[in-house]
Amino acid sequence: MSVPLLTATGLTRHYALPRTSLLRPAPLLTAVDNTSFTINAGETLGVVGESGSGKSTLARMVMAFETPDAGEVLFQGQNIHALPAPELRKLRQQFQMVFQDPYGSLNPRRPVGWSIAEPLRAIGEDENTNRRVKEALEQVGLHADAADKYPHEFSGGQRQRIAIARAIVTRPALLVADEAVSALDVSVQAQILNLLMDLQDDLGLGILFISHDLAVVGAICDTLLVMQHGKPLEAGRTADILRNPAHAYTQSLLTAAGVHT
Amino acid sequence: MNRRLPTNLVIGAVLVALVVGVAALSLVWTPHDPTLMNIRGKFADPSEAHWLGTDQLGRDVVSQLMAAARNSMTVALVAVLLGGSIGVALGLFASAVGGWVEDGVMRLADLGFAFPALLFAIMLAAVFGPSLSNAVLAIAFINIPIFARVTRGSANQIWTLDYVSASRAAGMNKFVISRDHILPNIAAAIIVQATIEFAVAILAEAALSYLGLGAQPPASSWGRMLSEAQTLMYLAPQLAIYPGLCIITAVLGFGLLGDGLRDISDPRLSRQR
Repeated sequence: MSVPLLTATGLTRHYALPRTSLLRPAPLLTAVDNTSFTINAGETLGVVGESGSGKSTLARMVMAFETPDAGEVLFQGQNIHALPAPELRKLRQQFQMVFQDPYGSLNPRRPVGWSIAEPLRAIGEDENTNRRVKEALEQVGLHADAADKYPHEFSGGQRQRIAIARAIVTRPALLVADEAVSALDVSVQAQILNLLMDLQDDLGLGILFISHDLAVVGAICDTLLVMQHGKPLEAGRTADILRNPAHAYTQSLLTAAGVHT
Repeated sequence: MNRRLPTNLVIGAVLVALVVGVAALSLVWTPHDPTLMNIRGKFADPSEAHWLGTDQLGRDVVSQLMAAARNSMTVALVAVLLGGSIGVALGLFASAVGGWVEDGVMRLADLGFAFPALLFAIMLAAVFGPSLSNAVLAIAFINIPIFARVTRGSANQIWTLDYVSASRAAGMNKFVISRDHILPNIAAAIIVQATIEFAVAILAEAALSYLGLGAQPPASSWGRMLSEAQTLMYLAPQLAIYPGLCIITAVLGFGLLGDGLRDISDPRLSRQR
């Protein structure tokens, strides 16, 4: 069997809370506790949990924005937290991220084409940059002319498409989507989810899809990881978990999402 | 949307325009040569030829004030630009690198704050000798920690924005991110600070020159005019009043302009007072 696209083993991350006493060390908050998962190429792993369950911290560790206190993330067999900075920057072409807030993830002072080209500029690509930006825009269902416009000229759904265009312009193998549809209207959510699934089919993307909404995750994910208070509660095939949740917490999430079991 | 400009901005802008205008004018024209002495015509009263009279050496006061305005603006501009660019670069660097480097840079800045600014300038002048360029260096030096702190504080906020994270995810070099995303976002805060520090620099130059550590004769300076007039306070008090008024105008103008710019660039701060 080939190496999985991404393997996370025993990821743990603590944050120091404000000190309560001069003499005792600052208390620790365990944001993520001993969490492991695997993403295969072309598959989607959904991470669900309420806010504060540690799922965004998980994303930040997978993106190597933060270093775990214990455990490791192997991307295509390489430990991303152990790589020297220049090599990590090069490898970043292969795993990209879509953020929650489409109004905050694009620099308002720059045309969107400039923002989409950023991952290309990072490796110093110049000749084909314009063509690839236009291709990426068309892949996400926008007109190539959009490159010269500014973010404020687009709606939230369109901006999220632009953010996705930036994420796929380097043809990555893994996409991390942190609450990527939570800020959008329900009708727009469906469009963006469809777009993500189409892109997955076309590009063979592995997707780490983070959401608090089990209905959304249930619709598009192959496997699921349910988290609460930083701890992994259960993991497995989406269909199995939805049909037969092992934890009362998962059951309550199902009820909240209105998914009928 | 027809919002009124803050009063302090308008008053500040008018005063600054006046001072800068006079300084610029002195480059091409002054009523008399500011250094031309005429002992027979000393302590002259205001007249057609000498609008504010002459001083103890018969030099034209208006011409001296104008030349001093130019010197003062030049010193403040060079000092703030020099100290500001070093400070901004340090602040951006500290914010980009983070960790113990950031802590180290900021503790050094704290150390800079711990020195009383003017005393430090006096020390520099004492060590390297009194001259206008040393005064510029001293004023520039005391500006470095101020700008480093303001830059680092604002930059740290920008680093948490999603589009900066996106840029990091793209594999962009931290220094390129600083240039492309951070600096344009904090430019307003830096310009506000620079305007306020400009006022401080004018005052510092006047103080150093008053102590004889800044502009050397025959260069004109408001501070030096003050110190020369000091011994003649009872004989010719106007000689001290004119440069004093000039200093007040310039410092007040830049201070109000900086406050006003802050009010329009960050509406959250303006209503708190």
